[in-house]
Amino acid sequence: MRFSPAAGLGKLLQRFMGQGKKYGMEWWVMIIGATIVLAIVIMAFCAPYIAPFSPYDQNTGPQLSPPNNIHIMGTDNLQRDVWSRVVFGSQTILRVAVLAAVLSSVVGITFGLISGFAGGNLDRIFSLIMDSVYSFPGLILAIAFAAMLGPGVVNITLAVAVIYIPTYFRLVRGQTLAIKEELYVEAAKAIGATNRVILWKYIFPNVIATTVVVFSMNVADAIMIEAALTYLGLGLPPSVVDWGMDLAMGKKYLPSGQWWLITFPGAMISLLALGFTMLGEGLSEILNPRLLER
Amino acid sequence: MTELLKVENLKKHFPLQKGFLDNLFAKEKRVVRAVDGVSFSIQKGETLGLVGESGCGKTTTGRLILRLLEPTSGKVVYGGKSIFSYSKEEMRRLREKMQVIFQDPFASLSPRMTIGEAIGHPLKIHGLAHGKGAEQKVMDIMEKVGLEPASFLYHKYPHQVSGGQRQRVVIARALVTNPEFVVADEPIAMADVSVRSMILELLIRLKEEFDLTYLFITHDLATSKYICDRVAIMYLGKIVEMGPLKEVFSKPVHPYTSTLLAAVPVPDPKFRRTHPIPKGEIPSAINPPSGCRFHPRCHLASPECSREEPPLREVGKNHWVACNLR
Amino acid sequence: MKTILEIKNLHVHFPINIGTVRAVQGVDLELRQGEVMGLVGESGCGKSTLGFSILRLLRPPGEIVEGEILYHGRDLVRMEEKELLSLRGNNISMIFQDPLTSLNPLFRIDEQFIETIKTHDPQISKQEAFKKAAQVLESLGISPERLLEYPHQMSGGMRQRIMIGMALVLDPDLLIADEPTTSLDVIVEAQFLDLLNELRRQYDLTILLITHNLGIVAQLADRVTVMYGGTIAETGKAESIFGNPLHPYTQGLLASIPNIKLDQPELHTMEGSPPDLVAPPPGCVFHPRCPRAMDICKKERPKAFGKDDRIVRCWLYG
Repeated sequence: MRFSPAAGLGKLLQRFMGQGKKYGMEWWVMIIGATIVLAIVIMAFCAPYIAPFSPYDQNTGPQLSPPNNIHIMGTDNLQRDVWSRVVFGSQTILRVAVLAAVLSSVVGITFGLISGFAGGNLDRIFSLIMDSVYSFPGLILAIAFAAMLGPGVVNITLAVAVIYIPTYFRLVRGQTLAIKEELYVEAAKAIGATNRVILWKYIFPNVIATTVVVFSMNVADAIMIEAALTYLGLGLPPSVVDWGMDLAMGKKYLPSGQWWLITFPGAMISLLALGFTMLGEGLSEILNPRLLER
Repeated sequence: MTELLKVENLKKHFPLQKGFLDNLFAKEKRVVRAVDGVSFSIQKGETLGLVGESGCGKTTTGRLILRLLEPTSGKVVYGGKSIFSYSKEEMRRLREKMQVIFQDPFASLSPRMTIGEAIGHPLKIHGLAHGKGAEQKVMDIMEKVGLEPASFLYHKYPHQVSGGQRQRVVIARALVTNPEFVVADEPIAMADVSVRSMILELLIRLKEEFDLTYLFITHDLATSKYICDRVAIMYLGKIVEMGPLKEVFSKPVHPYTSTLLAAVPVPDPKFRRTHPIPKGEIPSAINPPSGCRFHPRCHLASPECSREEPPLREVGKNHWVACNLR
Repeated sequence: MKTILEIKNLHVHFPINIGTVRAVQGVDLELRQGEVMGLVGESGCGKSTLGFSILRLLRPPGEIVEGEILYHGRDLVRMEEKELLSLRGNNISMIFQDPLTSLNPLFRIDEQFIETIKTHDPQISKQEAFKKAAQVLESLGISPERLLEYPHQMSGGMRQRIMIGMALVLDPDLLIADEPTTSLDVIVEAQFLDLLNELRRQYDLTILLITHNLGIVAQLADRVTVMYGGTIAETGKAESIFGNPLHPYTQGLLASIPNIKLDQPELHTMEGSPPDLVAPPPGCVFHPRCPRAMDICKKERPKAFGKDDRIVRCWLYG
């Protein structure tokens, strides 16, 4: 019998629904989150093909026109198409937020592993530093860093990244402290593994599962922080297309009834953050029983 | 027979974790005397049983021998040299020859490593084999311990196989580097009852095949009777009796040994115990009784037993006992 | 001898995400006044589940899906919660494996006793309750001043005896002991067995001793029931089970445990491992490991064969 793609697809769908039944709500939460994120990621990648106009084009149509057939999200005060700016803005926000999250996680996880494993005074010093950073409200700290570093995509990424390092550090350090005492780590010592090997092959793989979930929430948070920073005028130069920036500029026009300038970028920020949050939450619920599957 | 391992007056005292103020004002640092002067030697090719109840110091002794713990004092001599004077690098190379099997197979395997990776890891660490060569060696040892089909189980994770198979994985990992000496710490205590004899038989067979020497740590006297050549009975950090197993078990000299042997429940309803059982429990290792540590519970104790701590004396051929009355 | 507890065709299931664990599959058991019944089997055979089911102490999602548990003729499975509560501790008591986690670490021993006593007799005064507790402890060889201590101040063996004290203070006629000596050292275990023997005479107690340790069963039990994979393999007097085991599982098990009194040149080994209770094998649950399995064993669950006190569920005797 020839392999039928329809049957194959049907089987996949069946397994898909089966997983849904198995995990209940969390599965669907995760799927919805993943869909949202995926949609926006696709939008970012295919921006030049989706957007009808260039986001910089200041001649797309009449100034400040409300949403209509040609400009589905209207135009702004510089006669730019809002929809095109939304589409291209996704690139910026994803780049900054994801990059910041990656930076945070790499630094936080590395230090967490080393600090937790080494213990003693090294651990005490690192913990002190991390706790101090952690005790600052994220946004305030980000503002301080952004102001210090000045404008630019790289600088804003760094500013956002710094805030989350302590989160990863604490999580990984705590787990490392616990896993350090596990019998399989002692067994690894007994077979002659060096500390570096133990950290990398025995402790790190057992710690990584929970960090995946934190990563997702991290990105969601980073999106909000990035938008807030640019809204406040810190971080990105006006030449970069950014939702937060558009949010700031559009604010002026709300009292005069021109709602579409801030609503659409604002909604997108919320949507993307929601997507990542749902992804993280759903993943956390699903991974937890697995982690406890002992 | 050549002597493979020698333990000389080994001591391990664990500091008691008390509050900050206690430490300030305490005159004497309080310690847990987990191992308090243990000496014995193991000949190449024999199985020495280290037997005792919980808290007697047998597990700690095992860990000291493997240098997973640093001693408070004393020596462990392996291959003619004291292992506590080995450098980090020398110690690492020694671990190729000296392996361990822990009690809990589930806990001694990383949940994120496949069986093949776990067993093959010692080969990588010691640079004994790489790539396909390593894989083949792992498959070979898997077959030797009865993990079949090896190619199928190679890619499985510990939680995907049964408890008995997990213990076989741990055994395979211990033997893959072709060691000389294996410390087995309660290797069957956590296995299902119907699986225990299989693991015991496997350990015996592998000892022959790989020409191994075992230190078998257990609280289960019946098991030690089955697998050990010589036995050392420990109580509160000290060895109270040591000698050929058949002799110690059939003609125990130390009152603690005879009490232990009598207390083991026999799976035969026709047999009823007559030996007196001491009251009370094992005292704490922080403040062990004066003189002979067993005297408060000993049915033969005399006044001298609370004053004099008896040394190990030879009472038969290679049969040593620490008792004032013998 | 009078039958005080009768379990008929009990089925206990645990519905979990990968399927339903059939922990107990059609078990019949009878306990007679004043006897010690040893319920033996390895971990996962359902013996502890059975013990917990009697007092309906199953942890969710565990549930009794079929069968009856008759205590002096009253069905405990269908009994009202309130009535069952008055039975627990008062008529049927239970002690567990780890006394450290079974005793509340925040309360003194006497407070825990008094709570138990007052639950069943709210009118009783604190002093009276304390006196009762002291009496029980004396019969266990424990000085009453220890009532003023906390669990963590006591050793494992002492805590286990306190647990028995609490279980017996209200003078029940049935005691369920779930792996009571597994966490104890061998000498303390021997003390404990002596104690249980004393107590059963003193209190005319019926004991259901649940354990995987065949040694202590041989020393204490009058009758023995062997369980495997959620079903009963065989049951009978202790001498009969140990001296003349009929079921191949029992035979294999007895031949594979090291016996300190015997010279055993070689231990028998059993192939395979305990069954997966989510998808148990068809027919006799032991057939994949049985050296004497026949065709019928693979298809049909064996009936109970034998008479009087000696019953075995194996087609070899059909």
